[in-house]
Amino acid sequence: MAGSNPNAKPMNLTLKVWRQPNRQTEGRIVDYQVKGISPDMSFLEMLDVLNEDLLHSGQDPVAFDHDCREGICGSCDLFINGRSHGPEKGTTTCQLHMRKFSDGDTITIEPWRANAFPVNKDLSVDRSAFDRIIQAGGYVSVNTGGAPDGNEIPIPKEIADRAFEAATCIGCGACVAACKNASAMLFVSAKVSQLALLPQGQVEAKTRVENMVAQMDIEGFGACSNIGSCAAECPVGISLENIAILNREFLTAKATSNHLA
Amino acid sequence: MNWFTKTFTSSIGRKIIMSLTGLFLCTFLVVHLIGNLQLFKHDDGVAFNTYSHFMGTNPVIRTIEWGLVLGFGFHIYEALMLTLRNKKARSHGYAQWEAKQNSEWTSRNMGILGSIILVFLIVHLYNFFWRARFGTLDQDINHNDDLYRVVVTSFHQWWYVALYVAAQASLGYHLWHGFRSGFQTLGLNHRKYMPIIKNFGYAFAVIVSAGFASMPLYFLLFTNEQGALTSSAPAVLHQLALAFN
Amino acid sequence: MTLNSKAPEGPLAEKWDKHKFNVKLVNPANKRKYDVIVVGTGLAGASAAASLAELGYNVKAFTYHDSPRRAHSIAAQGGINAAKNYQNDGDSVFRLFYDTIKGGDYRAREANVYRLAQVSVNIIDQCVAQGVPFAREYGGLLANRSFGGAQVSRTFYARGQTGQQLLLGAYSALSRQIAYGKVKMYTRSEMLDVVVVDGHARGIVTRNLITGETQTHAAHAVVLATGGYGNVFYLSTNAMYCNVTAPWRAHKKGAFFANPCFTQIHPTCIPVSGDYQSKLTLMSESLRNDGRVWVPKTKEMAERVRKGEVKPQDIQEDDRDYFLERKYPAFGNLVPRDVASRNAKMMCDEGRGVGSSGLAVYLDFADVIKRTSAEAVSQKYGNLFEMYEKITDENPYQMPMRIYPAVHYTMGGLWVDYNLQTTIPGLYATGECNFSDHGANRLGASALMQGLADGYFVIPYTIGDYLANTPPKPVTTDHPAFAEAKAGVQARVEQLLSIKGNRTPDEFHKALGHLMWEYCGMARNAEGLKYAKAEIAKLRKEFWQDVKVVGTGEEMNQALEKAGRVADFIELGELMVDDALNRNESCGGHFREEYATEDGEAKRDDENYAYVAAWEYMGENQPERLNKEELVFENVKLTQRSYK
Repeated sequence: MAGSNPNAKPMNLTLKVWRQPNRQTEGRIVDYQVKGISPDMSFLEMLDVLNEDLLHSGQDPVAFDHDCREGICGSCDLFINGRSHGPEKGTTTCQLHMRKFSDGDTITIEPWRANAFPVNKDLSVDRSAFDRIIQAGGYVSVNTGGAPDGNEIPIPKEIADRAFEAATCIGCGACVAACKNASAMLFVSAKVSQLALLPQGQVEAKTRVENMVAQMDIEGFGACSNIGSCAAECPVGISLENIAILNREFLTAKATSNHLA
Repeated sequence: MNWFTKTFTSSIGRKIIMSLTGLFLCTFLVVHLIGNLQLFKHDDGVAFNTYSHFMGTNPVIRTIEWGLVLGFGFHIYEALMLTLRNKKARSHGYAQWEAKQNSEWTSRNMGILGSIILVFLIVHLYNFFWRARFGTLDQDINHNDDLYRVVVTSFHQWWYVALYVAAQASLGYHLWHGFRSGFQTLGLNHRKYMPIIKNFGYAFAVIVSAGFASMPLYFLLFTNEQGALTSSAPAVLHQLALAFN
Repeated sequence: MTLNSKAPEGPLAEKWDKHKFNVKLVNPANKRKYDVIVVGTGLAGASAAASLAELGYNVKAFTYHDSPRRAHSIAAQGGINAAKNYQNDGDSVFRLFYDTIKGGDYRAREANVYRLAQVSVNIIDQCVAQGVPFAREYGGLLANRSFGGAQVSRTFYARGQTGQQLLLGAYSALSRQIAYGKVKMYTRSEMLDVVVVDGHARGIVTRNLITGETQTHAAHAVVLATGGYGNVFYLSTNAMYCNVTAPWRAHKKGAFFANPCFTQIHPTCIPVSGDYQSKLTLMSESLRNDGRVWVPKTKEMAERVRKGEVKPQDIQEDDRDYFLERKYPAFGNLVPRDVASRNAKMMCDEGRGVGSSGLAVYLDFADVIKRTSAEAVSQKYGNLFEMYEKITDENPYQMPMRIYPAVHYTMGGLWVDYNLQTTIPGLYATGECNFSDHGANRLGASALMQGLADGYFVIPYTIGDYLANTPPKPVTTDHPAFAEAKAGVQARVEQLLSIKGNRTPDEFHKALGHLMWEYCGMARNAEGLKYAKAEIAKLRKEFWQDVKVVGTGEEMNQALEKAGRVADFIELGELMVDDALNRNESCGGHFREEYATEDGEAKRDDENYAYVAAWEYMGENQPERLNKEELVFENVKLTQRSYK
């Protein structure tokens, strides 16, 4: 049945899945058995199998967020066996394949845990806090039309590349989930440093970092202890250097901006 | 709140205070360690007592001492505030948590390490600082308070030495993460300099903690109740003692 | 009904400027008295919502995602075209226009395509100003690459993540307007109907996907920017949630659906590996620059490969058939997407496909690795090879990649005029949701261009023309049409829940996908289409008798969401088949086996089919009515493609 490896043996697994009907009701871990899982399946396809089984037997399928299934939209967000997006480095849940597991394994699947990310249902959490942080300043204030020619301001390739690397954040929240403090610093820093590096973003860099950090605190994320779990678990490799840039930007903004509040 | 209090009660602001006070305390450690090296001088504590007399009476030192109190105070206070905030950020924990796969143990346990150091600090301050400053000690030949005697006596109590060594191990681990972390918090992370800072931090952590730990161990293992080297002490220590007297 | 494209008269190059002058303007003080609903927050929706809010309109934006940043625009890899001519290699607005019209096999509207090429240059400027980190040269200027066989380098890119960076740019502009209070953002809200009052679109009905609450929203105009319907095939490179529900609901309320059978099949995707497969992953087209496509020469050999008895790298040169190089000596492996796709399918149909399913061909890099080095290949394609290995567990440096075509983009969509207005006044469609700019085939790096052109630079002008004619009185949901539409949506939810059958929505979706792929996919014929038509009708009936959804409508219920989408896909499938049956020619992504040259290449019929087929919904179980918009070509000469 497997495409790449005709000899790959199907696996039977025990799943320990967090089930919670809605935000108001307390949840619990429920055990499920799944059989005949191909090693070539993605982790989410394995959950599809479970959900089809549940639906057939008249039970409520497990709710989880997912969409593009190619590792870029940032929707999928499972905490698998104690780690954000599971055991494979630099990989989102949707790109994690079952060949990373063995027949007979028990797999624990939990939602991201952070008070700023309340559970909607089962494994789906509300990450709108991230949107509100971006709304606080994660943009360049230019209206449509009237932008100067794209080549008007040359940007050194190295700077453009570094900005790009920060900008690749997919907003999945793995950093928050992995952080002991449920801190959103890596997420915030990725946007702050992307825009602080580029001349277009420097115009309002001070206001931006002040407002975004303030919103981050309002949302109830923890503080950064420079532990590094976030960067280690980030599926797109956002580096800790960004957090240093955020700290620097914050400190200089607070020291030199004209905002008295 | 005005901008100033707002800045320093924000999550990053508090971290900046942690960082600044932490790095300041590192400088204190250096001074304290160098000063304490007088303990190794084989002069029945004369040099050490002179030094401690100076530290206890010099007006400049006494002024800086208040800075040190504030440094410790803020470092501890901010640590508490941040810990509370961080605990509140995740009130529902995970059933399975494999943080060891993605981070160092020391970095996740700064609070525990710091608490051990704090307990030690209280005992340490009571035992030496408090008694030197507010108690009545015997006088040495220069009519300085004979703090050296107190040290030697303390360091012959095994449980005190054990606490001391455990605390120094904690300090070492605390610094292992804390030194580099302090720079990161201040935004001083650059691909050229970070490896240097990191390695310097590791060396600093080892040297400082080993340096402090060597003192009680030295007295417990190699000296008699008066602080004189025992005959069973390694020959190299005898030679060193001769060389520097 | 005669379809009026409303394309302005006059020379091609002056149409848009002239039109911008002729459209009515809304007084700046009055703009805040108008509400506009934007459904979908991908490139086309987010850019439209942000730009309209910047102008002063009150915008309500809707997405079924948890955040506007998740839209599938994010997955576009290659880049975005713009006629900047930064490379001094002879590009121009007219050339981009010409390439797009020709690439679309002459089934697009000239005026729209020219406008697209014109505003393409503004898009780049806008995105740079937003802080989109495009690739740059060492001198600090923007870099370009040539893409999809274009003869000029006009594609701007941000590594293989151009869609992501452009979407995050539009998302940031949208976020800014949300912060200003000019856009009210509704996330996790799925549009389930359009509300039409006195012939004009005046609102929508949504379902909150967390609470299940049905809500109505009123506005002076509604913009649909809800993407494409490639998931009608079940397996495609589209994201899992991509669906046709919003435009389909609008279609049933009176918006014509144009050219539904025009779907694009991308030749280089990772093949299906099993029945459980949920979606397909694209491998960049650039791989065909160096990879050689082949299958075993004989069925017997292919059979042994499929069983795993022989490894592809051990097959002798003599036993291989490099079929693209053999059949198209001039273009070889670089023939256009549709030709490459169809030939891969032919090989598999002959029984010479590889992989355990037999539905794959090889894309081999052994030669280029021998000619240069593994490092050189890694420099160029390293990240793609890595992605391939992650998914398939095979190392493409050591054995050939397996690839197979997959549905990638849908050129068809809601019919719109030059103003992007559908046949329902006040209802607009932008981006992949409309049919307007790509004809029968879309060129690489043009999807991002169109989405942003529509949202940033077209709709802000054209919607004003409509609003200026609408009194600035507040609109409310008090009209009985709202209650009626809401009741209809709720009744449908109840119906889906009440069937309590035996087959899951996914099973129906798979069955539909199979029919569509087999009979209305890469190659179609009248017989197959007729068969599919009957089968889909049967499937529709079965669906409404036997679908299984558990739980209630008052909670987060993903199976229920899915069931609603599949129901609409089934209806769309029937229309696609009708459209494919009607179009007795082969053009672009639409290949009818009966209409081919002697060499088996696509044969267009400009005499009879140079029109847009715009289908009109006539009621439940009634055949849809075909309306034609004749395409007039004044600026290009229609030619037949040849790659021999």
